[in-house]
Amino acid sequence: MRQSTRVLVLGIGNLLWADEGFGVRAVEALNRDYAFPDNVRLLDGGTQGLYLLDHITSTDILVVFDAVDYGLPPATLKLAENEDVPQFLGAKKMSLHQTGFQEVLATANLLGKLPEHLFLIGVQPVELEDYGGSLRDEVKAQIPAAIDHALACLARFGIDAQRRETPLPEAETIACERMVLSRYEDERPDEEDACRVGDDRVLAMAATRVAAEREGQR
Amino acid sequence: MATISTPNGFTLDNSGKRVVVDPVTRIEGHMRCEVNVDDDNVIRNAVSTGTMWRGLEVILKGRDPRDAWAFTQRICGVCTGTHALTSVRAVEDALKIDIPENANIIRNIMQLTLQTHDHLVHFYHLHALDWVNPVSALKADPVATSELQKKVSPHHPKSSPGYFRDVQNRLKKFVESGQLGPFKNGYWSNPAYLLPPEANLMAVTHYLEALDFQTHIMRIRTIFGGKDPHPNWLVGGVPSVINIEGPGASTSINMERLNMVRSIINQSIEFVENVYIPDLLAVAQFYKGWLYGGGLSSKNVLSYGDIPDRANDYSAESLLQPRGAIINGNLKEVFPVDLRDPNEIQEFVPHSWYAYADEKKGLHPWDGVTEPNFKLGPNLVGTRTNIKEIDESAKYSWIKAPRWKGHAMEVGPLARYVIGYAKGDKEITEQLTLVLKTLDVPVSALFSTLGRTAARGLECQWAARKMSYFLDKLIANVKAGDTATANTASWDPSTWPAEVKGVGFTEAPRGALGHWIKIKNGKIENYQCVVPTTWNGSPRDNEGNIGAFEAALLNTKVERAEEPVEILRTLHSFDPCLACSTHVMSEDGRELAEVTVR
Repeated sequence: MRQSTRVLVLGIGNLLWADEGFGVRAVEALNRDYAFPDNVRLLDGGTQGLYLLDHITSTDILVVFDAVDYGLPPATLKLAENEDVPQFLGAKKMSLHQTGFQEVLATANLLGKLPEHLFLIGVQPVELEDYGGSLRDEVKAQIPAAIDHALACLARFGIDAQRRETPLPEAETIACERMVLSRYEDERPDEEDACRVGDDRVLAMAATRVAAEREGQR
Repeated sequence: MATISTPNGFTLDNSGKRVVVDPVTRIEGHMRCEVNVDDDNVIRNAVSTGTMWRGLEVILKGRDPRDAWAFTQRICGVCTGTHALTSVRAVEDALKIDIPENANIIRNIMQLTLQTHDHLVHFYHLHALDWVNPVSALKADPVATSELQKKVSPHHPKSSPGYFRDVQNRLKKFVESGQLGPFKNGYWSNPAYLLPPEANLMAVTHYLEALDFQTHIMRIRTIFGGKDPHPNWLVGGVPSVINIEGPGASTSINMERLNMVRSIINQSIEFVENVYIPDLLAVAQFYKGWLYGGGLSSKNVLSYGDIPDRANDYSAESLLQPRGAIINGNLKEVFPVDLRDPNEIQEFVPHSWYAYADEKKGLHPWDGVTEPNFKLGPNLVGTRTNIKEIDESAKYSWIKAPRWKGHAMEVGPLARYVIGYAKGDKEITEQLTLVLKTLDVPVSALFSTLGRTAARGLECQWAARKMSYFLDKLIANVKAGDTATANTASWDPSTWPAEVKGVGFTEAPRGALGHWIKIKNGKIENYQCVVPTTWNGSPRDNEGNIGAFEAALLNTKVERAEEPVEILRTLHSFDPCLACSTHVMSEDGRELAEVTVR
């Protein structure tokens, strides 16, 4: 692999929607635990769409962490490569950013600047309907495996990551320092103060489900 | 209802066949639109429904006010920076924090960068396909396209026949491969498309150029915001450090970086003036007979204003983007706007899926309540989970109905340009006069879908030029020895009063944006956002006044009821963004605009 090969590891998703934040939390953890050579960049892409085009069209290898709905058992990891990636992302739209990202890939293709190699490391969410919430434990527990997959993808191109002797402190996150995991989780007001169900109250069917669950808990 | 007259001067008639567009595509977020068309295919009733529930306010409750910007900028992928800026301004207002001059300048440059970028991206990537037909571009003669290019924009270097032939071939390959990508879901045989093939090829070529170019503009934001795509913000100023003699590779702002900013600004001005504006005029020439879509713009428009020339002075005199309200189409009087006055801005919910204790009354955002209440009217066709026709006589949207002194208002670039024009703003008047003269149309032509689209382009040019003004100001200030970028005197919550409230505002690319905050014992007690699409996409109110989207669709003639080209064209001209005006509800992955005619 030539020295100048450009690599981008991108985490996308919305931190505010529970497991939707998987991509961002995964790339944040990868950066915390590993150091990479200069040709590898790690990025918190958040919910951005076209703003990511610049990054995507200027890389040779793209690795994307994201929460994707493939109808798998909750918290299952799903890997896809190259031409399978966009179609895979298109399996079902679940969130605001996702159409956006698919469209970014289509647009990069239109410009003739799709990365040569495309990898998707996705997770089937356990819970999305928790606005202001964090990753569910099962999804959080998949981050190390997701990272191993990313490292294996990069190793195929001769790119070695160095495990940091001391993980970076939270304040040095590549994501948002006002929303680092501990602060995001610990400072969350309780349910009495801040409503959480959001969508559950919106979708009549979901509302019925919640009512049934609450009934069951009593 | 058969025929009713609204207090704000529109006639609604829902007796004709109903056309449902759900979801409306090429917008951010989820939206549904229903119209009734008469026997001549003219829209006589329009109903705009935000199909997502907005829950931002409730997740901010109890959080640290200094973190609110970070949450608000993660709502969606479009005006991230605008929400963050509005949020830090609201907190600073509440805590009476003054920011340094440099912070004000840098924030202005970042906001202008966003406006320039957003307008350009909107025109080419979200809106152009309502006017431009990429399939027709395949039939264009590259030589004639080159001649057209040289005629409409003599200074743009990319104009050779070979260049256009290359693009055409690339497009052909793309279309033949069956992966239409951004061009899928078009109504490419609809007679509503009026451009000749050469104009289509020119515009599609610039679509690609703009895709490439837009990536440069945002680098300005990365330089000042330190991070991309989510820049950093700070209550009390900006997180950037200025060290003008500092080394090239440092993260602080030095001369090398400012020169880079200068170069991007110049390229942006060039691109807007040599590509965007000429394209706008070229497209408008062919569509100037299509002056539908004015809606509220000739009656009621509102702008909070933005881009303070002097730090901490948010008065109309200091704001370079005009502030004010016009009602009943009287351009001779521009009213002052007070975001604190409990009787000016109020939100109503009689037709929104929220509950108030007394729904006859509106609530000022400081006293705002966001309590969902999903109820459907008796005339609904379909079921709760599969709505075929909404009942607009009852609650029908997740968007609240904001009103200014009881009036439904249009916000956005056209509103700002009408207000600027009415106030005699020199730059705005010059720009508008030139466009009206070039197209040979009267001032009244502005009050249209096309006028809205033109105002956005002119504002893009204005914003790009203003970046240059503020960069000069920053360099002069720094050279005079002022390098302060943040005031951290009130950073510690123990220094705050027990209870305070504040309001922050900006002009987001798509219109007036306000955040109202109440802080109690160092935590957020109440947080309410009234976003531009809440104004424009507003449902009806107690009096029956209709909002800007609904008003703009009325009386439009559609070519084919089952192909909503005209509906999309007018809705897109507002650059709707529903991610923050509402919240996710749509349950599946329909990406095509699905149209049902019954």
